[in-house]
Amino acid sequence: MADFEPRIVGFACNWCCYAGADLAGTSRFNYPPNMRIIRVMCSGRIDPSFILKAFHDGADGVFIGGCHPGDCHYMSGNYKTQKRVVMLAGLLSSLGIEPERLHLEWVSAAEGQQFADAVTRFTARIKELGPLRIPHPKVEDEHAIEPA
Amino acid sequence: MKQIEKSAPRIGVYVCHCGTNIAQTVDVEAVAEYAGTLPNVVVARDNMYMCSDPGQALIRKDIKEHRLDRVVVAACSPRMHEPTFRGAVFGAGMNPYLFEMCNIREQCSWVHQDREKATQKASDLVRSSVARAALLEALKERYADVTKAALVLGGGIAGIQASLDIADAGYKVYLVERQPSIGGHMAQLDKTFPTLDCSACILTPKMVDVSRHKNIELITLGELKEVAGYVGNFKARVVQRARYVDIDGCTACNDCVDVCPQIHPDEFNMGLSTRKAIYQPFPQAVPGAFVLNLDDCLGKLPRPCEKCLEACDAKCINYDAEDKELELDVGAIVVATGMDVFDPLVLPELGYGKHEDILTGLEFERMLSAGGPTGGKIVRISNGKPPKDVVFVHCVGSRDKVCGNEYCSRICCMYIIKQAHLIKDRLPDTNVTSYYIDIRAFGKGFEEFYDRVREEGVLFKRGKPSEIFRRKDKLVVRAEDTLLGKVTEHETDMVILGVGLVPSEGYQELAQMLKLSLSPDRFFLEAHPKLRPVDSNIEGVYLAGCCQGPKDIPDTVAQAKAAASSVIALLNRGEVTIEPVVADIDEDLCSGCHVCEALCPYSALIYDPGREVMTVNQALCKGCGVCPSACPSGAITMRHYTDAQVEAQLDALTGHQSVAEKVEA
Repeated sequence: MADFEPRIVGFACNWCCYAGADLAGTSRFNYPPNMRIIRVMCSGRIDPSFILKAFHDGADGVFIGGCHPGDCHYMSGNYKTQKRVVMLAGLLSSLGIEPERLHLEWVSAAEGQQFADAVTRFTARIKELGPLRIPHPKVEDEHAIEPA
Repeated sequence: MKQIEKSAPRIGVYVCHCGTNIAQTVDVEAVAEYAGTLPNVVVARDNMYMCSDPGQALIRKDIKEHRLDRVVVAACSPRMHEPTFRGAVFGAGMNPYLFEMCNIREQCSWVHQDREKATQKASDLVRSSVARAALLEALKERYADVTKAALVLGGGIAGIQASLDIADAGYKVYLVERQPSIGGHMAQLDKTFPTLDCSACILTPKMVDVSRHKNIELITLGELKEVAGYVGNFKARVVQRARYVDIDGCTACNDCVDVCPQIHPDEFNMGLSTRKAIYQPFPQAVPGAFVLNLDDCLGKLPRPCEKCLEACDAKCINYDAEDKELELDVGAIVVATGMDVFDPLVLPELGYGKHEDILTGLEFERMLSAGGPTGGKIVRISNGKPPKDVVFVHCVGSRDKVCGNEYCSRICCMYIIKQAHLIKDRLPDTNVTSYYIDIRAFGKGFEEFYDRVREEGVLFKRGKPSEIFRRKDKLVVRAEDTLLGKVTEHETDMVILGVGLVPSEGYQELAQMLKLSLSPDRFFLEAHPKLRPVDSNIEGVYLAGCCQGPKDIPDTVAQAKAAASSVIALLNRGEVTIEPVVADIDEDLCSGCHVCEALCPYSALIYDPGREVMTVNQALCKGCGVCPSACPSGAITMRHYTDAQVEAQLDALTGHQSVAEKVEA
């Protein structure tokens, strides 16, 4: 498992976590290069279906970064994210996906070090868990239901 | 088939070296070459500096020559240069929302060291951006008028200067100060370093200018409670606490003070003297009217003693006055809420609060002031006699991880040097010793002033005192002299703690209200540390003075003037562009279930009972994207962050074919 390089998708809100990730960059705080970030304006934009799709398509982990409670640029988007993550944790379990593969972290624009630390911890955790194994539908099956 | 080909996007990809910032860890040429193989990419190049004029010219030239209709720049953070490149593509006739920025510097080259893995990540990020770019849609910007008025929060020198400049340009200013008078900390200072100007003499004329300016409405005892709206059109709710004294009627005759039986520590003199429950904050206060603090008074319940009411000939005291709520419409906001001084009680080893001859720098400043508690005489509070020996301690609450303040407060070295000079000036035979870690005398004329004060006989010893305690009627400062490597015990009469600066009380509430970000030092964060030092992260909200970080008076004034000029430019423009990143409802899909209605924090989703569907008020929508993520019918589209756009990025990152690629195939 030592060679396993997990594929991690990150979602970061523009105002807090994405800015924190930028600060980690300007401060040159190193962290593992496995995660690729998709920027959204608010973590509340993250449709639960995006997360399910990420796992379905082969992500080993999904990281969500939002503003600290009370700091959301859109007042309450982060609370909605939190509820969705809690809801998804149960759903992931029932699908045979370890709920820890979905991680929510509050990162402010000032927390470059915290961002780097969170990504480092999360990457290490996903490495421990190993590659995600869920039965994927075969490509032929997808076409099978299409009209000829 | 031809039709699809015709409508297929034509994407140009530009990968920036950023000098060596990106190129040192990412193989930029390889990324550009890879980008050239991605679907819909017509041209892919690398360039030393994409943000430079030639870099932007290259994009514009390619747009024309290659008929590009999408542009991806892989460089720094979009928070840095997205506006730059949106402008560049707009200059070539392209809709700015067809531009996509890919962050391979802050979130790649600067945080990884393995060149191979960093290059792989950069390539993945470019693939994700290209997939998204293919699905971007042209959006039309909206415009809104600007309310030609400004709100300035805080009436210290920063707020005063910003208000005067904006008002002089002909715009209405609401200056809100939570104290009964404007003036801030500068009003408490005796002299300013290094020129030894009288602080009050240079400040009070400006305070008077504020009170007389026809464009400035001064709201003292005011506090911001709520802010809604956006750049150009903010709505601020301010509560003005009751003064219980009519500002216009009060003649400042002092008759009420003479009869008031209630005595309280005087905040302006840092508790070194007393005031009554009804008082004037300080003689030069603006407004000059007295103020009654009902909490200090004998109380509204059952009744105040009414002595002041009887004594007031002008009949301007009213115990039943109530707090006022004000709704202010403004186009811009200047935050100039200043700082507080560090409270040394959290460092008990320094003995502050245990021994009355240990003072903070600001308390000592009041003692030095001719209008202060001792009339400008330097005395030991314990016995009223002038000290024979005084010790200063630098960096109290600054550059100290233990108390959580890693930063340098920037003014303490210099105010200590100034105060040391003032002691030597008034008590030439008194020994003055200053314990420092490093002397920071970096401003104009600072080093020369430091030299002068050393020549006057002030002794500077390198070392941070570890303990201060009493021995008989003396204070003992125990410190290691780090230049001699020797622990010394210094017997002295008086100790002045060079306390640093901390964010002013209530900074967190204000940050939440205005959605301001904080720096790690807890001061407000500027939009860019070098190039946008007075802009906050919120458009239309500007920062001035110590609320953004410790600074001296000239720097504060400079920043206040800069903030004012930004406000004036905005108000003068009269119009703001509003990002068209808003939600859109497909009424054919909407079932009118109301799920989205409760989620929207801005009440932008409104039910139309006639058509039984939800509608979006796009002027209210801020574009957070909470509603489309919850719509069970998939009827809501979040423009610029559509499901298809995000899913294309996911596909690109997880290795699946993107929708755009499927179109191509």
